[in-house]
Amino acid sequence: MAAPLTLLLIVAVTIRAVLFRSSLAELIPERVEVVSPLNAWKRVVEGLALLDLGVSPYAGDVFHETPLIIYFFHFVIDYAEIVFMVMGCVFLLQFRKQKYALEAERYPLDCLELIRTPKEMYYIPLKVAMFYLLNPFTILSCVAKSTCGLNNAVIALFILCTVKGSSLMSAIFLALATYQSIYPLTLFAPALLYLLQRLYIPVNWQRSSFWLFTTQYTFMYLGSLCVMVCLSFFLLSSWDFLSSVYGFILSVPDLTPNIGLFWYFFAEMFEHFRLFFICVFQINVFFYTIPLSIKLKEHPIFLIFMQIAIISIFKSYPTVGDIALYMAFLPAWNHLYRFLRNIFLVSVVLLACSALFPVLWHLWIYAGSANSNFYYAITLLFNVAQILLVSDYFYAYLRREHHLTHGLYLKRKDGSEATLVLK
Amino acid sequence: MAAHRCNIFMLVFVLCGLTYVFVRADIEDTNHVKDAESVAVDIAPKANIGASLRSTKTEDQTQAAEEERQWEATEVKEADRVPDTMQTPDVPPLTPAKDQFQEELVIRPLHSGDIYASFQFRTMWDTDFLRGSKVSHYRLFPKSLGQVISKFSVRELHISFTQGYWRTMQWGQPFLPSPPGAELWVWFQDTVTDVDGAWKELTNVLSGIFCASLNFIDSTNTVQPSASFKPLGLGNVTDQRFLRYAVLPREIVCTENLTPWKKLLPCGSKAGLAVLMKSEKLFHSSFHSQALHFRPVCQDWKCKSTVWELRQTLNVVFDLHTSGQGKREWSLFKMFSRTVTEACPLASSSKVYVDVTDNPQGELFELSPTTPLLSQAVVLGDRRTYSVYDLTNQATFGQTRSLNMLLRWRAAESGDMLRPLLHGERYVAGYGLQTGEIHTLMYNNHPYRAFPVLLLDTVPWYLRLYIHTLTVTSKGRDNKPSYIHYQPSKDRLRPHLLEMLVQLPPNSVTEVTMQFERALLKWTEYTPDPNHGFYVGSSVISALVPSVVAMDTNSTRECPLFSSFFPCKEESSYFMRVYTEPLLVNLPTPDFSMPYNVICLTCTVVAVGYGSLYNLLTRTFQVEEPSPGLAKRLANIIRRLRGVPLL
Repeated sequence: MAAPLTLLLIVAVTIRAVLFRSSLAELIPERVEVVSPLNAWKRVVEGLALLDLGVSPYAGDVFHETPLIIYFFHFVIDYAEIVFMVMGCVFLLQFRKQKYALEAERYPLDCLELIRTPKEMYYIPLKVAMFYLLNPFTILSCVAKSTCGLNNAVIALFILCTVKGSSLMSAIFLALATYQSIYPLTLFAPALLYLLQRLYIPVNWQRSSFWLFTTQYTFMYLGSLCVMVCLSFFLLSSWDFLSSVYGFILSVPDLTPNIGLFWYFFAEMFEHFRLFFICVFQINVFFYTIPLSIKLKEHPIFLIFMQIAIISIFKSYPTVGDIALYMAFLPAWNHLYRFLRNIFLVSVVLLACSALFPVLWHLWIYAGSANSNFYYAITLLFNVAQILLVSDYFYAYLRREHHLTHGLYLKRKDGSEATLVLK
Repeated sequence: MAAHRCNIFMLVFVLCGLTYVFVRADIEDTNHVKDAESVAVDIAPKANIGASLRSTKTEDQTQAAEEERQWEATEVKEADRVPDTMQTPDVPPLTPAKDQFQEELVIRPLHSGDIYASFQFRTMWDTDFLRGSKVSHYRLFPKSLGQVISKFSVRELHISFTQGYWRTMQWGQPFLPSPPGAELWVWFQDTVTDVDGAWKELTNVLSGIFCASLNFIDSTNTVQPSASFKPLGLGNVTDQRFLRYAVLPREIVCTENLTPWKKLLPCGSKAGLAVLMKSEKLFHSSFHSQALHFRPVCQDWKCKSTVWELRQTLNVVFDLHTSGQGKREWSLFKMFSRTVTEACPLASSSKVYVDVTDNPQGELFELSPTTPLLSQAVVLGDRRTYSVYDLTNQATFGQTRSLNMLLRWRAAESGDMLRPLLHGERYVAGYGLQTGEIHTLMYNNHPYRAFPVLLLDTVPWYLRLYIHTLTVTSKGRDNKPSYIHYQPSKDRLRPHLLEMLVQLPPNSVTEVTMQFERALLKWTEYTPDPNHGFYVGSSVISALVPSVVAMDTNSTRECPLFSSFFPCKEESSYFMRVYTEPLLVNLPTPDFSMPYNVICLTCTVVAVGYGSLYNLLTRTFQVEEPSPGLAKRLANIIRRLRGVPLL
């Protein structure tokens, strides 16, 4: 196990090092699919330059990172390349541990076909690491030095700590992820559910132990979030960063094209409906937490996957780095492949869109022979494909659960083979 | 009417008195021996008192030069006006308001063959609106402007409307530079508490007065430069909180701006030099710029009290070379299709100057009618000689009762023009609609002296500048600015402001580059015809430039020995402002025709996401039981009614 992992690590680092030294290293950070106004490396450098000039980085509308990030990079600016590689490796570590979590998913049922063999389980961390480290999306994001890699690493550490059952570290990393970009707030519910499950505390409103632990975890989470925000305040001695980071994420003033749904929608929006639709679109991201937590309260790890996927589809400034994060989970659900309905179509659409993004961008921005609608059409298709992918996995997961309880080969009353339908 | 005439008499009297005082002062002040019979005053005058009292380095030396010139003219005038003074009937000197009006026109043949005509009208306003006293009596000063200025507690106001771009390399330096479009900068009194509110109202009022789009000035194009725009008048308020500066590079200047501007003159366009301003001629030109400058100045040379000065200028460059079938000759009538017949009766001085520096012996061109009056002045660091026509003197008009100067070139080629010492250019580099780079080039053409310049750049927020990409290079080497003031933009709120102090090495080009990113705007934020592009105002280069006179080590020129060894301090450098070209930048545009489609399509995708998740969340898996056919169901209903077992 250690040998293939090391090999993988070496390959991944080599690819990145080669790309950093190639001519692509100037081209990739300009791609709108790879970097967004939130996490572009160019903007981090700009923030540092402003800080050196004695101007608050939040005085302008170019820098939108959190104060901790800017001070972090203030110290490691010379080693930025290494930092981004390390962040990739941290991700790898995480899934080494995740196998234990999956082993717990044994069902005392006779559907042997559905239960993964220990051998399969053994290779899952390697596959996950491979999916993340060798994913072209991750590589692009790393070569562009997008701080999205940092956020992914923080979320990975959060998942690792949660899976290991360390509630304090889990709360701290969750707070850090929330502090970086509000959306991971929705991961609070799955983390809490998982930790409760680990401590064998049933989710029961009457039980005091449930309330005790929930309060404890909430307190740890809010406490560390509060510490981080206050620390930021003392670093810059102003609250400007709140509106410049969180206000920027929530009110979407920057309409630079990206792979998400927000930019063209709000560029073309009628002014008096703008606020309404911003509220609708932002609530849309957070809203799914409640029904999903109820439906998947027994399966918090899958809930984490669903939440991360929904965030990366519906967030205001998505990049390919966010997509790479939830795609890294896909090998962990390899037991669902037999229930997926349109995986072929979806993967073809995703691949085609990824190739068409640069082509249509070139036609619009450089050649002038296309207009914005072309690029917009591709973002729509790309997002539809992502939605289909996620809902397909959700469907497959629910279906597998059904089969685990009712047996794999269902029969009708008259003995003929039955088909399952959603009703 | 009688009162009016009385006023004029008083004015004449006061004027003569002042003239006398000025001359006395000059005699006491200079120790140069004046040749009584020589009308050509050859001595470079001492620094003007008002100018020397103003201490700041960034003084407008042009202004100083103007006053010098006028000063000499006063001297010249003194020779033939003294008898008049004696004959003036004694009017009781009870003039509490010492308002004054002067007008002049300078004509300079340019080396490119074009003609540069510069009108200047100066109205002095002796009032004290600051101490709350309401001014209700206006004599020469325009009431519409006076009320506005006192209402908003304006200390200095500079406004210019320009059509066309001043080609420095072909035409040399203008007397008063201005950027293409409209420029407005105002210093408020330090008693103003809500400067932004006053600025907003003031721009709207001025927009009404000048029929211009100044109401488009808002926070997205207003800046507060920290060093480039110091007050030009008295007072050492340098707190930039009271300064507002805005440029509208898109503004188109035309007749509707000229008419209200002319109405501010005491004589309107009825008499005096303003008669020449016929709009169809003025706007059929290569360059047109009209400006208005209001500022406090000294009332007398001791500067015990201040008086408000309103200076209205109008600069035109006529392209007579191409329109005149290649013949190089011009006359007032050809340029303006009018001639001067009288001075403005309210003006204390009214003169026409023609630049004859290149033609000392009359070998290059011939100027008629000839005038015996010559004047010499140091303008923009260069010593120029002018023929002076005094319009207050009836003899100027001759028998025809009208003055129509005519200049006929003898030589086909004029001499080489001295290259302007400072010159700026600007352009956008890069391709595509995603990023770009602004290049600003600053030329120092001085052969051996380096001098610092102050560069001011105002860039709208939709071009997102990256300050870390700023490079300043001269002669292939990095040239680190000694002072940088950068204010980043806020989206839809505030533009970028960049001010730098850069040392320009001698005989070099300094290049300032900076990368920017083009933003995609909301569809309602684009101007009409968005694919035309967006204008970015000129950058402003302000500098103290070493004087050409001081540079002149050429000893062949004939001048008195006592004046030529040490170049005197006042002449060694002069203040200059250079405006670069405005930029036209294209931004990516959305498709303006499909807001409904976009809203529908995006909402559909969100609904697909919501719908599929909702579907999976609310339903459960069930084994599908085939539903019975329609006939069977109908049969079953009948059977149930009949009480027979179902099928």
